[in-house]
Amino acid sequence: MTDFFQLFFSGLSTGAIYALAALGFTLLWQASGTINFAQGEFVMLPAFMMLAFLTAGFPLMPSFFLACLVSVFILGWAFKRGMVDPLFKYGMMPIVVATIGLSIAMKNGVRVAYSAEAHPFPSLFADKLYTIAGVTVSLSDIGTFVLALALVMVTQAFLAKTVTGRAMQAVAQNTESASVLGIDVPRMIFYTFAINAVLAVAAALLVTPTYLAKFDMGDSLGTKAFFAAIIGGFNNSRGALLGGLIVGVCENLAAAYISPAYKDAVALVIFMVVILFKPQGLLGMKEERKV
Amino acid sequence: MNKRFALKLVAACAFAVSASASFGQETIKISNIVELSGAGASAGTNFKNGVELAVKEINAAGGILGKKIVSTTSDTQTNPGVAKGLTQKAVDDGVFAIYGPVFSGSIMVSMAESRRAEVPNFTGGEAASITAQGNPYVFRTSFGQSTSFPKLARYITGKAKTLAVIYVNNDFGKGGRDAITKNLEGTATKIVADISTDSGQVDFSAAVLKAKQSNADAVFVYINEEESARALRELRKQGWTKPIIGETTLTGQKVIELAGDAANGAVAHVGLTVDAPNPLMLAFKGKFYQAYQYISDHNGIKGYMGVYTLKAAIEKAGKLDRKAVAAAMKGLHISAKKYPSIIMDVSFDQNGDLDRESFMVEVKNGRQVVVDTLPALGKK
Repeated sequence: MTDFFQLFFSGLSTGAIYALAALGFTLLWQASGTINFAQGEFVMLPAFMMLAFLTAGFPLMPSFFLACLVSVFILGWAFKRGMVDPLFKYGMMPIVVATIGLSIAMKNGVRVAYSAEAHPFPSLFADKLYTIAGVTVSLSDIGTFVLALALVMVTQAFLAKTVTGRAMQAVAQNTESASVLGIDVPRMIFYTFAINAVLAVAAALLVTPTYLAKFDMGDSLGTKAFFAAIIGGFNNSRGALLGGLIVGVCENLAAAYISPAYKDAVALVIFMVVILFKPQGLLGMKEERKV
Repeated sequence: MNKRFALKLVAACAFAVSASASFGQETIKISNIVELSGAGASAGTNFKNGVELAVKEINAAGGILGKKIVSTTSDTQTNPGVAKGLTQKAVDDGVFAIYGPVFSGSIMVSMAESRRAEVPNFTGGEAASITAQGNPYVFRTSFGQSTSFPKLARYITGKAKTLAVIYVNNDFGKGGRDAITKNLEGTATKIVADISTDSGQVDFSAAVLKAKQSNADAVFVYINEEESARALRELRKQGWTKPIIGETTLTGQKVIELAGDAANGAVAHVGLTVDAPNPLMLAFKGKFYQAYQYISDHNGIKGYMGVYTLKAAIEKAGKLDRKAVAAAMKGLHISAKKYPSIIMDVSFDQNGDLDRESFMVEVKNGRQVVVDTLPALGKK
């Protein structure tokens, strides 16, 4: 049983990171009907931004805040104005294809600039271990889980409790009505992209010490986060959290109790089961659209 | 000048150009086919840098038999299929020799192409099966598992009665797992846990937990660079205090850099290390650092020595003929006295395997420290 809890807690920490990236998927989908297949690279790029600031001599937290600023500009404003806005009128598919292209361009750009080698990245948390009832948990695991959870909750609260958050939700639900009500629709959509960018930097801060800063570190993260978002419910922010945690924990348990070889298939299997029996996701709501 | 004469003239020129390319090569073209992305990026980049450093030095010193070396580099993406295609392309381009791939799984597939074209192929792969297939054109730049594992097994037997084995599920890892299993058969050490992991794996909590559950006296870790760093961190995280033993990769410079303090205490048998107590190795370490601003790992040394091996073989053959050079490699002994850049005396057997001194190293305070020097197997 001790082993089970060891794996469970380790999985929670991994799952919380998937949840952060998955939240980005759900936010963009809700606000602008966009699926961003470069979400993994949206985590990778800030990791290298922070690395650049660290190399320039900044400590970790200032590097994080500077990376947030740059990311809001590049991954928020520039991404929206340069890619999503021009393609939005042509429907979702061109945006999907464009983000796949963007992901390839970002990976190769970083590879050229930083080489294909992995780079070490400092951890936000001290290297401390706690043993509780035979289960060894690191401060890094606890910190990652708590911080990721807090970020998801804060985002959720912002959307539900603040005027701006509600306006963003109104835009997500019905753009035309929101516009009639005097909501600045383009600004609300930009806020969503900006929040997504900040969440990506936070995910990078938490995940990179383990994943290591490498140009292709976003590959598996993006895929797992996509599955997690669908498992939890693509139109529900809390669903992203649930989906992320389910994927993280189940992966770990499957690696230990079935075989490590099947670890990566776990997210896909859960994804297929959910699609078959609850296509809207575990916490998602059914959406009807006129065709 | 009528049309027919002009055509004859063009044909004659074309023949002359192709003839001069075949029989009187002005340069020695070599191709680096290495892992510059994917799981093998670290190994491939080091290997490539080593090759390029040696090429630069040799060219600056006048080349080989008066000919300059021209090297090109291609990325296999750590994909055996891509490696095979690139090898075919290199053969079509008429290269004299091929360097890489470094990953065993890739060279196992790509070497069929270099063999078909009779092009000497120097690999960084360590799987025993690479040279077990009787390919007369494949040569190692490092120990094969058949050379290093007997030494390693001897060390493990003295340290542990029971052993957990964590290996990566690819040709390199499976080869190592089979080699350690075979070499420990009939000894006092029993393997009590056989744990497979994936290439590119991020989370090692389950693998380490299995090793802990086995209650083994020591763990043998045989996985690639980045994964080694993650495994070391997880072992420390889960409070593993027993010996962590590996072969070359586990204590590589990149692994130490990535794993940080978690690498301290790891012990490995290494065929090549920049920390070897050898002034020629020290000189190499300095030259490599000057060229690339970081310390080479064993793969950098492999690439570097590989080019000097080709130089020695060509000079032994006395001509730029691939077949003659491949034949000259059989039983070739290169002395570091005659070729200082070969760094350590090395001998090649009929299969393309090499033999030389090796080292047991331990990571102390983030540095590889040589704790023992093991003689070449041939010396006994």
